[in-house]
Amino acid sequence: MYHINRSRRHFLQTSGALALGSTLPISLVELAFADEKQNFTFAYISDAHIQQIKGNRFVRNWDRGLIRAVAEANLLTPKPDFVMFGGDLAQLGSAPELDHGAEILSALKYKTRYVMGEHDYYLDLGAYWEKLFGPQYYSFDHKGVHFIVLNSIRTYDDWTYHRWPTAEQRMLEMAGLDNPNSSPFMVGEEQRQWLKKDLAKIPKTTPIVVFSHSPLQKIYKGWNFWTEDAEQIQALLKPFNKVSVIYGHVHQIQYNQIGNISFNSVMATAWPWPYPQAYAQAEQYLPKLTVPMNRSDPFFERDATGWQFINVANGHVDLNYLLPENTDRSVGFDKAAKKPVDAVYQSEGARIPPQSHF
Amino acid sequence: MRLLSVLTLSITALFAQAQTTAAPETNPPAANPLLGLPPVPIPADNPQTPAKIALGDKLFHDARFSIDGTVSCATCHSEKHAFTDGKQFSTGHHGLTGTRNAPTVVNAAFYTSQFWDGREPDLEGQSKQPPVNPVEGGLANHEPILQIVRTDPDYKKAFTEVFGVADAKLTMDHVAKAIASFERSIVSGNSPFDRYYIQGDKRALNAAQVRGFQLFIDQGRCVSCHTIENDQALFTDSKFHNIGIGINAIQGDVPRLASAFLEAKAKGGDVDQIVLTDKKSSELGRFAVTDKMTAIGAFKTPTLRNIDLTAPYMHDGSLKTLKEVVIHYNNGGVTPADAKVNDFLSGGIRPLNLTEAQINDLVEFLKALTSPQFAQTVTAAAQQETGHVSH
Repeated sequence: MYHINRSRRHFLQTSGALALGSTLPISLVELAFADEKQNFTFAYISDAHIQQIKGNRFVRNWDRGLIRAVAEANLLTPKPDFVMFGGDLAQLGSAPELDHGAEILSALKYKTRYVMGEHDYYLDLGAYWEKLFGPQYYSFDHKGVHFIVLNSIRTYDDWTYHRWPTAEQRMLEMAGLDNPNSSPFMVGEEQRQWLKKDLAKIPKTTPIVVFSHSPLQKIYKGWNFWTEDAEQIQALLKPFNKVSVIYGHVHQIQYNQIGNISFNSVMATAWPWPYPQAYAQAEQYLPKLTVPMNRSDPFFERDATGWQFINVANGHVDLNYLLPENTDRSVGFDKAAKKPVDAVYQSEGARIPPQSHF
Repeated sequence: MRLLSVLTLSITALFAQAQTTAAPETNPPAANPLLGLPPVPIPADNPQTPAKIALGDKLFHDARFSIDGTVSCATCHSEKHAFTDGKQFSTGHHGLTGTRNAPTVVNAAFYTSQFWDGREPDLEGQSKQPPVNPVEGGLANHEPILQIVRTDPDYKKAFTEVFGVADAKLTMDHVAKAIASFERSIVSGNSPFDRYYIQGDKRALNAAQVRGFQLFIDQGRCVSCHTIENDQALFTDSKFHNIGIGINAIQGDVPRLASAFLEAKAKGGDVDQIVLTDKKSSELGRFAVTDKMTAIGAFKTPTLRNIDLTAPYMHDGSLKTLKEVVIHYNNGGVTPADAKVNDFLSGGIRPLNLTEAQINDLVEFLKALTSPQFAQTVTAAAQQETGHVSH
């Protein structure tokens, strides 16, 4: 916790715009290094679900969520080094949706990188997305951290290539929740081989940050809060001292620690999902560490949505979730406990009861 | 005199309302000028008394509480204009103008925060600011006011009677409490809408107004923020929303303005001064108070009671007529219609697809929110002014 506070203070001090950092509707993620000169920040926007109605008409609320996140990210002081977009830019993967989303994101004043979401993928298997944003999986190094981007929302080849008469139907089937016709997400053999090679070059002391759309852990299969080959990915990451996985898709705050790997989710700009435990129709494994987020006012159109500001400062991620019209949340890596911990709701007794109805 | 009669009416009404609740048959609601209002919230540490209200009335109208002796509360909150000034921006000392439109005092008692950006929690806090604002009263501090109320024989007598204080023990808090008490007496309901909706008199609204009311709660989406309940209607949620007014003029400039503002504030800058003297910073709205990005360009939902009497409209007085206001909302939070929607617009604001006839009906409904006592006061004042002109 001291770790978060110190890092956050550092952020505030350098911000000049003193109060800005404490009031963003965002999660502030920090990777702290012993050498503070290496500290840096990046922003994380995810799950915009831009949806075309017809022609040039798009669902206004999803547009506004993304437009607001972009405008707010542009207000950040200090400036983030780059922005990640965490996937599901589109709702049904069409060129007009991806174009419209890309146009909104083009207002960002920073270098922006992209993660593939299933809503971007299953119409043309990422062909148009690649034209706009580049490869579906890749890695890059930034100020001593090795960043890896995976396409974690692929599935079994038979389902993808042989099951559906049309691409449109394939997209719709994968977009549904609790859909028996759907199929579990996975990274897949091709990317696992690539990942193995990519990691071979990296010293075990280098902090690793993995961006995926789905959680690289298994939480709830019915909504694909799930990656089928999660254990295999985790095994590849196991030799490294500090590993963080940041994922979208779940539209809610989650965090977990599995061995050396810290997991943190990011919020959506479009809408929040309820926690599976409030809704589970199938077995679910919401991480024990996670304290569900209260929803302050579901009538408020941006309730429980937001985006992320990530401050990288000793190789672990710390997130501050600052929620519009709700109580701010901070989830940071606790060095002593060796897991992510909520700054306020730590012990079971001090936790807020999750919202089960409104 | 006119004011006094309004006042007396309000005070009587306060007690009348209490009686109405207990025994409606003996006190016909038609005679209740507070019809449609909830009980006036009175702070426990500042109970209403007729003497305190009268003292507040006197303070409210005292122009000596400004650097050149020309500006009182009533300068910008004049009963002739339903406690506004009818101007886009109010005029302070030496003809200086601020950045915001003077909101009416009528029913301000019901707001859960004061000023367009809610920077003061109550009327007591609000009343202390204008005399020392550089473009309003222009005083360097409250000392000149205290000097007057501590030495003026009438004030000395009144403060002793009302608060039991004099000399050094008489502080600005007492002055503020008296003014706030007076303002809490400026409450008024009993509009045609109240008689129609609360009292059930179906003849109280005309056909266009009835259609307008339906639009108000339906396609127009007005009621989402300008709230109405079964038995009362304040026409405000006391919250803050970016509705695309003012902010549109500074869209590209928001990053610079927001960080410059926060820096100034962090260095001890006074919010009240900054927002009333710097037009561009003023447009940051509620952000100036909370520092929250969600509050950029957001302003308090004003009550719509007596709205027909309080033109021009919006926090910056930029819309001259009620029709312009409805068209602004119909456009989805932009004026003119083809302007760019601002990035921070509240999500509830969206194009309404109202027809010209529907827009007119909504305007007619808004005219049904006028309390008779202010309709009369304002009309009489207007006639008098017209008379002056013809001399």
